[in-house]
Amino acid sequence: MTDQSVARSTSYLQTAPTPAAPPPISSRGAWGWARANLFATIPSATMTILFVLLLVWAVPDLFRWAFVDAIWSAPDGAVCRVQNTGACWAFIAPKFDFFMYGTYPREALWRVDVTLAAGAVLIAWLLWPDSPRKVIGAFLFFIVYPVVAYFLLHGSPLVGLSVIDTARWGGVLVSLLVSAVGIVVSLPLGVALALGRRSKLPFIKLACTVFIEFVRGVPLITVLFMANTMLPLFVPENWSPDRLLRPLIGVSLFAAAYMAEVVRGGLQAMPKGQEEGAMALGLTYWQRMNLIVLPQALTIVIPGIVSTFIGLFKDTTLVAIVGIFDFLRTVETARLDPAWAGPSISTTGYVFAALFYFVFCFGMSRYSLYMERRLAVGRKH
Amino acid sequence: MKKLILASMLLAGFGAVAASAGTLDQVKQKGFLACGTNPGLPGFAIPDDKGVWSGLDVDLCRGIAAAIFKDASKVKFIPLTAKDRFTALQSGEIDVLSRNGTWTQSREVELGLLFAGVNYYDGQGFMVRKKLNIASAADLGGASVCVQQGTTTELNLSDYFRSHGGVKYEPVVFATADEAIKAYDSGRCDSFTTDVSQLYGERLKLVNPEEHIVLPDIISKEPLGPAVRQGDDQWYNLVKWTHFAMINAEELGITKANVDQKLTAEQPNIRRLLGVEGDYGKGLGLDKDWAYQAIKAVGNYGEIFERNVGADSRLKIKRGLNNLWSNGGIQYAPPVR
Repeated sequence: MTDQSVARSTSYLQTAPTPAAPPPISSRGAWGWARANLFATIPSATMTILFVLLLVWAVPDLFRWAFVDAIWSAPDGAVCRVQNTGACWAFIAPKFDFFMYGTYPREALWRVDVTLAAGAVLIAWLLWPDSPRKVIGAFLFFIVYPVVAYFLLHGSPLVGLSVIDTARWGGVLVSLLVSAVGIVVSLPLGVALALGRRSKLPFIKLACTVFIEFVRGVPLITVLFMANTMLPLFVPENWSPDRLLRPLIGVSLFAAAYMAEVVRGGLQAMPKGQEEGAMALGLTYWQRMNLIVLPQALTIVIPGIVSTFIGLFKDTTLVAIVGIFDFLRTVETARLDPAWAGPSISTTGYVFAALFYFVFCFGMSRYSLYMERRLAVGRKH
Repeated sequence: MKKLILASMLLAGFGAVAASAGTLDQVKQKGFLACGTNPGLPGFAIPDDKGVWSGLDVDLCRGIAAAIFKDASKVKFIPLTAKDRFTALQSGEIDVLSRNGTWTQSREVELGLLFAGVNYYDGQGFMVRKKLNIASAADLGGASVCVQQGTTTELNLSDYFRSHGGVKYEPVVFATADEAIKAYDSGRCDSFTTDVSQLYGERLKLVNPEEHIVLPDIISKEPLGPAVRQGDDQWYNLVKWTHFAMINAEELGITKANVDQKLTAEQPNIRRLLGVEGDYGKGLGLDKDWAYQAIKAVGNYGEIFERNVGADSRLKIKRGLNNLWSNGGIQYAPPVR
């Protein structure tokens, strides 16, 4: 047989496998996805329908309020009062400086801007995992930056900047300041307290335990009241710390106590073999802690640490109770301004405040998730 | 609570001893007046878009600063909440508390304060819709009244109706003033009650402020004024007479604009007040042009009133009790002589 005849006689054979038939139409595409995920069982289908109804009920109104009926620009509150069915976003722009800086003198705003910008750069340097020379960054942020920030924000005749009393600080500046100081102080202090509580030295152990339990046993509001209402009565007039410094200290110590318990959770979760192994290698206490125990323990409790940070960030709004103009307080005050006051102003102001807090807290949360995944790479099973 | 007050009084006693160097000297040494204000009350103390404070209480402090330093800007406003305002004064953190505080007996006697005058006669009033055609609170029989919970406002309300022959009314109670005014606006109640100064501020939050009026009846006494610590009579006099100087200025027709021309006026009252004749600043520890400086900086009482809460503001509060005694009100200042 010639090649040609072979080819002719086997021409009924397929040279390539038949492509697979598509799955039935009911489990394919959008419909299939919906069937598998949204309507798989009766409870699931019920939830889906209820949720869609909820969206249909809420979203159009919300959309109309926030966008369609909203007033985007107006010289004062008059327009918003006439058409008061939607948000009055026009109120945000003229009040923006007040929200950002409170009553900080307008001619010195650059000082705040420079401070915040420098802080943002340094924080980005420290938080971005691949950035170079972190040690320098840390030195700048923890040692140099606070001093520079103090001289810039507060001013001093020494550096030729006019003194701006802390009573005039306000808005986002104060919110960020209180939370930044709280976060920066509470983490190392919390670690120290947690180690102290596990110490074998009875006095240190007792002192740390008493501090942690005492602070965790009182509400933050009590601490703030104590700091701003009672403290000035106990100390001579000239010794009484600055009105803004008092809640700063209060918030930091308060957060440190919570942080200590979070860190202690991580220390507790470490297998004993880790520390014993390090001991067997002849490492000293500080070497064991710094090289073996803390890096692992802190990694375990990242979610807890970030939760504490987020809680602290939101707790900063409590300083308003002792007369400090934090961001939320500026919103509260601005909505009373006779030039703007109206039926839609309060809601607009509060929604804006909610967005601000959400953006910050969500950002912190995402960053912590990212770090968790990154640090967990070596321990993936 | 009692113990706490006692403790704070005791401590305030120590504070007063420490502060006995003389408030005026301390203020001069510091270079500014520390003035405790409300963190945000329209017409009385509120920062504007630029962070500049304005209001009736704020202007009083500016006036005092001008009388001392000849510069109304040498004042530091310290926003205080209702809870820490008195301790801030007792501990010496502020020099004068100009924060819409009601002058009461217990505050002077138990807290060791002195009220240096009344810069706003406040009292509880009612707001109703114009179209109801109600002329007085006595006509509110059977009406529903929106009121904030747990305040003296609620008590005053029931006292008022009980003492007026047990007129029936229906209180509708809310946790915050915000909720109460919203409910009133939506038609839940016929009337809304709180202190008059706040009624006008709350009115601005209504959909159509012009459709609502504040009834002339005042059912409680809330004299608001600046307070100082006891034990420094010179400082007390200074605050008191700065306030009186502004009222006298209105009575004598001296305004911020014409104060310089008035320096050459013939009337002895004007000459004495402005320091052209005699030296009435000396006893206060000030220069003889102290009142001139204060008026030049913030104007007379009437100007301050109209600018912040009266006709020139959005609040549009009528002078009422706060008019001069010669115009049917009760603002009355002893003469400078």
